Amino acid sequence: MPQIFPKKANVLPILSLGGALLGGVALIFLVWYYFSPEFLVVGYQPDQPVAYNHEFHAGQLGMDCRYCHNWVENSAHANVPPTQTCMNCHNQIKTQSPQLLKVRESWATDTPIQWVKVHHLPDYAHFSHASHVNNGVGCETCHGRIDKMEVVYQAEPLSMGWCLECHRQPELYLRPNEEVTTMGYVHPENFVEINLARIQEEGIQPPTNCSACHY
Amino acid sequence: MRNLLTTGLILSVLLLAGCRGTTSDRNPIHPNPNMDWQPKYQAQEKNTFFADEAAMRKPVAGTVARGLLKEDPIFYTGRTEAGDYVERLPIETTRDLLERGKERYEIFCAVCHGKSGDGNGVIMVGGPQGKGYGYTPAPSYHVDRLRQVSDGYLYDVIANGIRNMPGYAQQIPVRDRWAIVAYIKALQLSQNATREDLTSEQIARIQSGRSANIDGSRSGASSSQ
Repeated sequence: MPQIFPKKANVLPILSLGGALLGGVALIFLVWYYFSPEFLVVGYQPDQPVAYNHEFHAGQLGMDCRYCHNWVENSAHANVPPTQTCMNCHNQIKTQSPQLLKVRESWATDTPIQWVKVHHLPDYAHFSHASHVNNGVGCETCHGRIDKMEVVYQAEPLSMGWCLECHRQPELYLRPNEEVTTMGYVHPENFVEINLARIQEEGIQPPTNCSACHY
Repeated sequence: MRNLLTTGLILSVLLLAGCRGTTSDRNPIHPNPNMDWQPKYQAQEKNTFFADEAAMRKPVAGTVARGLLKEDPIFYTGRTEAGDYVERLPIETTRDLLERGKERYEIFCAVCHGKSGDGNGVIMVGGPQGKGYGYTPAPSYHVDRLRQVSDGYLYDVIANGIRNMPGYAQQIPVRDRWAIVAYIKALQLSQNATREDLTSEQIARIQSGRSANIDGSRSGASSSQ
Protein backbone atom coordinates (compact mmCIF):
# COMPACT_ATOMS: atom_id res chain seq x y z
CA MET A 1 0.00 0.00 0.00
CA PRO A 2 1.53 3.28 -1.06
CA GLN A 3 1.90 6.06 1.46
CA ILE A 4 -1.01 8.49 1.48
CA PHE A 5 1.21 11.51 2.05
CA PRO A 6 4.46 11.75 0.11
CA LYS A 7 7.63 12.60 2.00
CA LYS A 8 7.58 16.25 0.95
CA ALA A 9 4.28 16.66 2.79
CA ASN A 10 6.40 16.81 5.95
CA VAL A 11 6.95 20.52 5.32
CA LEU A 12 3.19 21.17 5.27
CA PRO A 13 2.73 21.49 9.05
CA ILE A 14 5.66 23.89 9.33
CA LEU A 15 4.48 25.82 6.33
CA SER A 16 0.93 26.14 7.58
CA LEU A 17 2.09 27.03 11.08
CA GLY A 18 4.49 29.66 9.77
CA GLY A 19 1.90 30.88 7.31
CA ALA A 20 -0.70 31.21 10.02
CA LEU A 21 1.71 33.14 12.23
CA LEU A 22 2.96 35.39 9.45
CA GLY A 23 -0.52 35.80 8.06
CA GLY A 24 -1.85 36.71 11.47
CA VAL A 25 0.83 39.31 11.96
CA ALA A 26 0.24 40.64 8.47
CA LEU A 27 -3.50 40.77 9.05
CA ILE A 28 -3.11 42.65 12.32
CA PHE A 29 -0.73 45.09 10.68
CA LEU A 30 -2.95 45.61 7.66
CA VAL A 31 -6.06 46.28 9.74
CA TRP A 32 -4.18 48.47 12.22
CA TYR A 33 -2.55 50.48 9.47
CA TYR A 34 -5.06 50.67 6.67
CA PHE A 35 -8.40 50.56 8.51
CA SER A 36 -7.38 53.37 10.83
CA PRO A 37 -8.78 56.89 10.55
CA GLU A 38 -5.20 58.09 10.15
CA PHE A 39 -5.20 56.29 6.83
CA LEU A 40 -8.83 56.55 5.76
CA VAL A 41 -9.59 60.12 6.79
CA VAL A 42 -6.39 62.13 7.29
CA GLY A 43 -5.22 63.93 4.19
CA TYR A 44 -8.69 64.66 2.81
CA GLN A 45 -8.10 67.67 0.59
CA PRO A 46 -11.12 68.42 -1.57
CA ASP A 47 -11.13 71.00 -4.34
CA GLN A 48 -12.84 74.17 -3.22
CA PRO A 49 -15.06 76.33 -5.44
CA VAL A 50 -12.71 79.27 -4.86
CA ALA A 51 -8.98 78.60 -4.64
CA TYR A 52 -8.67 80.12 -1.19
CA ASN A 53 -5.11 80.07 0.09
CA HIS A 54 -4.56 79.93 3.85
CA GLU A 55 -0.81 79.93 3.30
CA PHE A 56 -1.07 83.43 1.86
CA HIS A 57 -3.70 85.00 4.10
CA ALA A 58 -2.72 83.48 7.44
CA GLY A 59 0.93 82.79 6.68
CA GLN A 60 2.30 85.63 4.58
CA LEU A 61 -0.16 88.36 5.55
CA GLY A 62 -0.08 87.16 9.14
CA MET A 63 -3.79 87.68 9.66
CA ASP A 64 -5.17 86.32 12.91
CA CYS A 65 -7.42 83.28 12.53
CA ARG A 66 -10.26 85.12 14.20
CA TYR A 67 -10.49 87.83 11.56
CA CYS A 68 -12.45 85.42 9.37
CA HIS A 69 -13.46 82.63 11.77
CA ASN A 70 -14.73 85.29 14.12
CA TRP A 71 -17.24 83.27 16.14
CA VAL A 72 -14.82 80.56 17.15
CA GLU A 73 -14.55 81.93 20.69
CA ASN A 74 -18.28 82.40 21.16
CA SER A 75 -19.93 79.57 19.34
CA ALA A 76 -19.82 75.83 19.08
CA HIS A 77 -19.60 76.24 15.33
CA ALA A 78 -16.50 78.00 14.01
CA ASN A 79 -17.97 79.84 11.08
CA VAL A 80 -16.72 79.84 7.55
CA PRO A 81 -16.65 83.56 6.76
CA PRO A 82 -19.49 84.97 4.68
CA THR A 83 -18.78 86.65 1.36
CA GLN A 84 -18.94 89.98 3.19
CA THR A 85 -15.64 89.18 4.90
CA CYS A 86 -13.94 88.45 1.57
CA MET A 87 -15.30 91.68 0.17
CA ASN A 88 -13.91 93.74 3.05
CA CYS A 89 -10.66 93.64 1.12
CA HIS A 90 -11.50 92.24 -2.28
CA ASN A 91 -13.83 95.08 -3.14
CA GLN A 92 -10.58 96.92 -3.82
CA ILE A 93 -7.88 94.28 -4.10
CA LYS A 94 -7.68 92.11 -7.23
CA THR A 95 -11.07 93.25 -8.41
CA GLN A 96 -10.53 91.77 -11.88
CA SER A 97 -9.06 88.45 -10.82
CA PRO A 98 -10.75 85.48 -12.48
CA GLN A 99 -9.98 83.40 -9.37
CA LEU A 100 -12.31 85.65 -7.40
CA LEU A 101 -15.11 85.58 -9.93
CA LYS A 102 -17.24 83.30 -7.77
CA VAL A 103 -16.80 85.62 -4.79
CA ARG A 104 -17.99 88.60 -6.80
CA GLU A 105 -20.87 86.61 -8.21
CA SER A 106 -21.84 85.51 -4.74
CA TRP A 107 -21.73 89.13 -3.61
CA ALA A 108 -23.76 90.38 -6.57
CA THR A 109 -26.43 87.68 -6.40
CA ASP A 110 -26.56 87.31 -2.60
CA THR A 111 -25.95 83.56 -2.90
CA PRO A 112 -23.52 81.80 -0.59
CA ILE A 113 -20.33 80.23 -1.90
CA GLN A 114 -20.60 76.45 -1.56
CA TRP A 115 -17.38 75.62 0.24
CA VAL A 116 -16.59 71.95 0.76
CA LYS A 117 -16.30 70.98 4.40
CA VAL A 118 -13.03 69.23 5.16
CA HIS A 119 -13.41 68.42 8.84
CA HIS A 120 -16.73 66.68 9.28
CA LEU A 121 -17.60 64.99 12.53
CA PRO A 122 -20.55 62.64 12.33
CA ASP A 123 -23.74 64.46 13.33
CA TYR A 124 -24.04 62.33 16.49
CA ALA A 125 -20.79 63.72 17.88
CA HIS A 126 -21.21 67.28 19.09
CA PHE A 127 -18.21 69.52 19.29
CA SER A 128 -17.88 73.03 20.66
CA HIS A 129 -15.07 75.21 19.40
CA ALA A 130 -15.65 77.87 22.04
CA SER A 131 -15.14 75.57 25.00
CA HIS A 132 -11.82 74.39 23.60
CA VAL A 133 -10.43 77.71 22.37
CA ASN A 134 -11.30 79.46 25.64
CA ASN A 135 -9.48 76.79 27.63
CA GLY A 136 -6.22 76.89 25.76
CA VAL A 137 -6.46 74.38 22.92
CA GLY A 138 -4.58 75.87 20.01
CA CYS A 139 -5.91 75.82 16.44
CA GLU A 140 -2.74 74.09 15.36
CA THR A 141 -3.18 71.15 17.74
CA CYS A 142 -6.26 69.89 15.89
CA HIS A 143 -6.01 71.50 12.45
CA GLY A 144 -2.28 71.37 11.79
CA ARG A 145 -0.16 74.13 10.33
CA ILE A 146 -2.95 75.87 8.48
CA ASP A 147 -0.63 78.77 7.74
CA LYS A 148 1.39 76.44 5.56
CA MET A 149 -1.53 74.89 3.68
CA GLU A 150 -2.22 76.32 0.26
CA VAL A 151 -5.26 74.07 0.17
CA VAL A 152 -6.60 72.88 3.49
CA TYR A 153 -6.45 69.19 4.23
CA GLN A 154 -7.35 67.26 7.33
CA ALA A 155 -4.21 66.91 9.40
CA GLU A 156 -5.54 64.93 12.35
CA PRO A 157 -7.90 61.93 12.38
CA LEU A 158 -10.62 63.54 14.58
CA SER A 159 -11.42 60.02 15.71
CA MET A 160 -12.76 59.32 19.17
CA GLY A 161 -9.53 57.69 20.30
CA TRP A 162 -7.65 60.75 19.19
CA CYS A 163 -10.04 63.09 21.04
CA LEU A 164 -9.78 61.05 24.21
CA GLU A 165 -5.98 61.10 24.18
CA CYS A 166 -6.17 64.79 24.94
CA HIS A 167 -9.17 64.59 27.27
CA ARG A 168 -7.23 62.11 29.38
CA GLN A 169 -3.94 64.02 29.33
CA PRO A 170 -4.75 67.64 28.50
CA GLU A 171 -1.53 68.89 30.10
CA LEU A 172 0.42 67.59 27.13
CA TYR A 173 -1.47 69.80 24.67
CA LEU A 174 -2.75 72.98 26.34
CA ARG A 175 -1.12 76.34 25.74
CA PRO A 176 -1.73 79.84 27.14
CA ASN A 177 -4.97 81.42 25.94
CA GLU A 178 -3.05 84.28 24.27
CA GLU A 179 -1.23 81.76 22.09
CA VAL A 180 -4.24 79.83 20.87
CA THR A 181 -4.13 81.23 17.35
CA THR A 182 -0.32 81.24 17.14
CA MET A 183 0.98 78.95 14.43
CA GLY A 184 4.25 77.19 15.16
CA TYR A 185 3.96 77.76 18.90
CA VAL A 186 6.80 76.16 20.83
CA HIS A 187 6.04 74.94 24.34
CA PRO A 188 8.37 76.13 27.09
CA GLU A 189 10.41 73.37 28.70
CA ASN A 190 8.32 73.02 31.84
CA PHE A 191 4.98 73.31 30.09
CA VAL A 192 3.58 70.16 31.63
CA GLU A 193 3.95 71.56 35.16
CA ILE A 194 2.56 74.92 34.05
CA ASN A 195 -0.42 73.21 32.47
CA LEU A 196 -1.04 70.96 35.45
CA ALA A 197 -1.03 74.02 37.74
CA ARG A 198 -3.40 75.80 35.40
CA ILE A 199 -5.74 72.84 35.15
CA GLN A 200 -5.82 72.69 38.93
CA GLU A 201 -6.39 76.41 39.31
CA GLU A 202 -9.03 76.88 36.64
CA GLY A 203 -10.73 73.60 37.35
CA ILE A 204 -10.48 72.37 33.77
CA GLN A 205 -12.04 68.92 33.71
CA PRO A 206 -12.05 67.48 30.22
CA PRO A 207 -15.01 65.12 30.11
CA THR A 208 -14.48 61.51 29.19
CA ASN A 209 -18.11 60.47 29.56
CA CYS A 210 -20.58 59.80 26.74
CA SER A 211 -22.89 62.69 27.50
CA ALA A 212 -20.19 65.26 26.82
CA CYS A 213 -20.29 64.77 23.07
CA HIS A 214 -22.88 62.16 22.22
CA TYR A 215 -25.77 63.56 24.30
CA MET B 1 8.81 31.13 -3.78
CA ARG B 2 7.96 32.46 -0.31
CA ASN B 3 10.07 35.58 -0.86
CA LEU B 4 8.35 36.18 -4.13
CA LEU B 5 4.95 35.83 -2.51
CA THR B 6 5.66 38.23 0.35
CA THR B 7 7.30 40.89 -1.78
CA GLY B 8 4.42 40.58 -4.24
CA LEU B 9 1.92 40.94 -1.42
CA ILE B 10 3.64 43.96 0.12
CA LEU B 11 4.09 45.64 -3.26
CA SER B 12 0.50 45.12 -4.30
CA VAL B 13 -0.79 46.45 -0.96
CA LEU B 14 1.44 49.51 -1.26
CA LEU B 15 0.31 50.09 -4.83
CA LEU B 16 -3.34 49.70 -3.96
CA ALA B 17 -3.37 51.61 -0.73
CA GLY B 18 -0.55 54.13 -0.51
CA CYS B 19 0.80 55.50 2.74
CA ARG B 20 -0.59 57.46 5.62
CA GLY B 21 -0.25 61.20 5.31
CA THR B 22 -0.68 61.55 1.57
CA THR B 23 -3.38 64.02 0.56
CA SER B 24 -6.25 63.04 -1.66
CA ASP B 25 -9.46 64.65 -2.80
CA ARG B 26 -11.39 61.40 -2.43
CA ASN B 27 -14.00 61.43 0.31
CA PRO B 28 -12.90 60.06 3.67
CA ILE B 29 -13.97 56.46 4.15
CA HIS B 30 -16.34 55.84 7.02
CA PRO B 31 -17.09 52.13 7.29
CA ASN B 32 -20.49 52.86 8.80
CA PRO B 33 -21.88 56.15 7.50
CA ASN B 34 -25.38 55.63 8.93
CA MET B 35 -25.71 58.73 11.07
CA ASP B 36 -22.86 60.82 9.70
CA TRP B 37 -25.16 63.19 7.86
CA GLN B 38 -28.45 63.21 9.69
CA PRO B 39 -31.58 64.56 8.02
CA LYS B 40 -31.36 67.83 9.88
CA TYR B 41 -29.68 71.12 9.14
CA GLN B 42 -26.77 72.42 11.14
CA ALA B 43 -25.14 75.83 10.93
CA GLN B 44 -23.91 76.73 7.43
CA GLU B 45 -25.12 73.51 5.83
CA LYS B 46 -26.78 73.23 2.47
CA ASN B 47 -30.52 73.08 1.96
CA THR B 48 -31.62 72.64 -1.61
CA PHE B 49 -35.21 73.56 -0.75
CA PHE B 50 -34.38 77.25 -1.07
CA ALA B 51 -33.18 79.06 -4.17
CA ASP B 52 -29.87 80.09 -2.62
CA GLU B 53 -29.39 76.61 -1.10
CA ALA B 54 -28.56 78.01 2.33
CA ALA B 55 -29.99 76.25 5.36
CA MET B 56 -29.53 79.40 7.41
CA ARG B 57 -32.30 81.86 6.59
CA LYS B 58 -32.06 85.59 7.09
CA PRO B 59 -34.42 87.12 9.65
CA VAL B 60 -37.12 89.43 8.35
CA ALA B 61 -36.07 93.06 8.57
CA GLY B 62 -37.51 94.82 11.57
CA THR B 63 -37.94 91.78 13.78
CA VAL B 64 -36.59 91.91 17.33
CA ALA B 65 -35.32 88.83 19.15
CA ARG B 66 -36.23 88.41 22.77
CA GLY B 67 -33.45 89.84 24.90
CA LEU B 68 -32.02 91.88 22.04
CA LEU B 69 -34.18 94.97 22.09
CA LYS B 70 -31.10 97.24 22.04
CA GLU B 71 -32.98 99.89 23.96
CA ASP B 72 -29.85 101.85 24.90
CA PRO B 73 -29.04 103.93 21.77
CA ILE B 74 -25.73 105.22 23.15
CA PHE B 75 -24.36 101.72 23.72
CA TYR B 76 -25.62 100.28 20.43
CA THR B 77 -25.17 103.24 18.06
CA GLY B 78 -22.68 105.57 19.75
CA ARG B 79 -25.19 108.39 19.33
CA THR B 80 -27.51 110.13 21.72
CA GLU B 81 -31.26 110.19 21.13
CA ALA B 82 -30.76 113.51 19.33
CA GLY B 83 -28.33 111.82 16.94
CA ASP B 84 -25.07 113.36 18.15
CA TYR B 85 -21.97 111.24 18.70
CA VAL B 86 -21.26 110.62 22.35
CA GLU B 87 -18.03 112.15 23.61
CA ARG B 88 -16.95 109.28 25.87
CA LEU B 89 -17.61 105.58 25.63
CA PRO B 90 -20.62 104.51 27.71
CA ILE B 91 -18.85 101.68 29.54
CA GLU B 92 -16.19 101.88 32.19
CA THR B 93 -12.64 101.94 30.83
CA THR B 94 -10.76 99.31 32.76
CA ARG B 95 -7.46 97.60 32.23
CA ASP B 96 -9.30 94.47 31.12
CA LEU B 97 -11.28 96.42 28.56
CA LEU B 98 -8.10 97.97 27.14
CA GLU B 99 -6.41 94.60 26.89
CA ARG B 100 -9.45 93.17 25.20
CA GLY B 101 -9.39 96.18 22.89
CA LYS B 102 -5.73 95.62 22.07
CA GLU B 103 -6.36 91.98 21.23
CA ARG B 104 -9.39 92.78 19.06
CA TYR B 105 -7.58 95.71 17.44
CA GLU B 106 -4.72 93.47 16.43
CA ILE B 107 -7.10 90.87 15.01
CA PHE B 108 -9.40 93.09 13.00
CA CYS B 109 -7.80 96.51 12.56
CA ALA B 110 -4.02 96.12 12.51
CA VAL B 111 -4.17 94.38 9.11
CA CYS B 112 -4.62 97.82 7.51
CA HIS B 113 -4.10 100.41 10.23
CA GLY B 114 -0.96 98.82 11.63
CA LYS B 115 -0.23 97.81 15.19
CA SER B 116 0.82 101.34 16.12
CA GLY B 117 -2.08 102.96 14.27
CA ASP B 118 0.10 104.71 11.70
CA GLY B 119 -1.82 103.24 8.80
CA ASN B 120 1.05 100.93 7.91
CA GLY B 121 -0.57 97.52 8.20
CA VAL B 122 0.46 94.63 5.99
CA ILE B 123 -2.27 95.41 3.44
CA MET B 124 -0.79 98.90 3.00
CA VAL B 125 2.94 98.13 3.08
CA GLY B 126 3.09 94.40 2.24
CA GLY B 127 3.54 92.83 -1.15
CA PRO B 128 6.70 92.29 -3.17
CA GLN B 129 7.58 96.01 -3.60
CA GLY B 130 6.35 97.01 -0.17
CA LYS B 131 3.70 99.19 -1.76
CA GLY B 132 0.75 97.26 -0.46
CA TYR B 133 -1.93 95.49 -2.41
CA GLY B 134 -3.76 98.44 -3.93
CA TYR B 135 -6.15 99.29 -1.13
CA THR B 136 -7.04 102.92 -0.44
CA PRO B 137 -4.47 104.08 2.15
CA ALA B 138 -5.69 104.08 5.73
CA PRO B 139 -5.10 107.36 7.56
CA SER B 140 -2.89 107.50 10.63
CA TYR B 141 -4.70 107.89 13.93
CA HIS B 142 -2.02 110.29 15.04
CA VAL B 143 -3.24 113.35 13.18
CA ASP B 144 -5.04 116.21 14.88
CA ARG B 145 -8.35 115.55 13.17
CA LEU B 146 -8.57 111.99 14.50
CA ARG B 147 -7.19 112.90 17.92
CA GLN B 148 -10.14 115.22 18.37
CA VAL B 149 -12.98 112.99 17.18
CA SER B 150 -15.42 111.70 19.75
CA ASP B 151 -15.59 108.10 20.91
CA GLY B 152 -19.05 107.80 19.38
CA TYR B 153 -17.66 108.68 15.97
CA LEU B 154 -14.96 106.00 16.19
CA TYR B 155 -17.60 103.50 17.28
CA ASP B 156 -19.79 104.48 14.35
CA VAL B 157 -16.95 103.99 11.88
CA ILE B 158 -16.27 100.49 13.24
CA ALA B 159 -19.93 99.54 13.13
CA ASN B 160 -20.96 101.09 9.82
CA GLY B 161 -17.75 101.76 7.95
CA ILE B 162 -16.81 105.01 6.26
CA ARG B 163 -16.10 105.75 2.59
CA ASN B 164 -13.73 102.94 1.53
CA MET B 165 -13.67 101.12 4.86
CA PRO B 166 -16.37 98.48 5.26
CA GLY B 167 -18.39 98.20 8.46
CA TYR B 168 -17.38 95.52 10.92
CA ALA B 169 -20.73 95.11 12.62
CA GLN B 170 -21.02 91.52 11.43
CA GLN B 171 -17.55 90.57 12.71
CA ILE B 172 -17.14 92.53 15.95
CA PRO B 173 -19.71 92.41 18.77
CA VAL B 174 -20.86 95.70 20.31
CA ARG B 175 -18.83 95.57 23.51
CA ASP B 176 -15.68 94.69 21.60
CA ARG B 177 -16.21 97.72 19.35
CA TRP B 178 -16.12 99.95 22.41
CA ALA B 179 -13.05 98.10 23.66
CA ILE B 180 -11.34 98.87 20.35
CA VAL B 181 -12.37 102.52 20.63
CA ALA B 182 -10.80 102.67 24.07
CA TYR B 183 -7.62 101.06 22.78
CA ILE B 184 -7.38 103.45 19.81
CA LYS B 185 -7.65 106.35 22.26
CA ALA B 186 -4.85 104.84 24.32
CA LEU B 187 -2.75 104.38 21.17
CA GLN B 188 -3.27 108.01 20.27
CA LEU B 189 -2.23 109.03 23.76
CA SER B 190 0.85 106.84 23.62
CA GLN B 191 2.03 108.35 20.33
CA ASN B 192 1.43 111.94 21.42
CA ALA B 193 2.87 111.92 24.91
CA THR B 194 5.72 114.07 26.15
CA ARG B 195 8.15 113.61 28.99
CA GLU B 196 6.05 115.94 31.11
CA ASP B 197 3.09 113.55 30.94
CA LEU B 198 5.00 110.88 32.77
CA THR B 199 5.57 110.60 36.46
CA SER B 200 9.15 110.38 37.67
CA GLU B 201 8.50 106.78 38.60
CA GLN B 202 7.45 105.95 35.03
CA ILE B 203 10.52 107.70 33.61
CA ALA B 204 12.70 105.65 35.90
CA ARG B 205 10.98 102.51 34.69
CA ILE B 206 11.65 103.39 31.06
CA GLN B 207 15.27 104.26 31.78
CA SER B 208 15.76 100.93 33.47
CA GLY B 209 14.56 99.28 30.27
CA ARG B 210 11.08 98.36 31.42
CA SER B 211 7.70 99.50 30.21
CA ALA B 212 6.12 102.68 31.52
CA ASN B 213 3.06 100.66 32.33
CA ILE B 214 2.18 100.18 35.94
CA ASP B 215 2.59 96.48 35.44
CA GLY B 216 5.61 96.44 33.15
CA SER B 217 5.68 92.69 32.90
CA ARG B 218 2.56 92.60 30.73
CA SER B 219 4.20 93.30 27.45
CA GLY B 220 2.82 95.73 24.94
CA ALA B 221 -0.32 96.74 26.81
CA SER B 222 -0.98 100.44 26.83
CA SER B 223 -1.38 102.44 29.99
CA SER B 224 -4.95 103.14 30.94
CA GLN B 225 -6.39 106.55 30.31
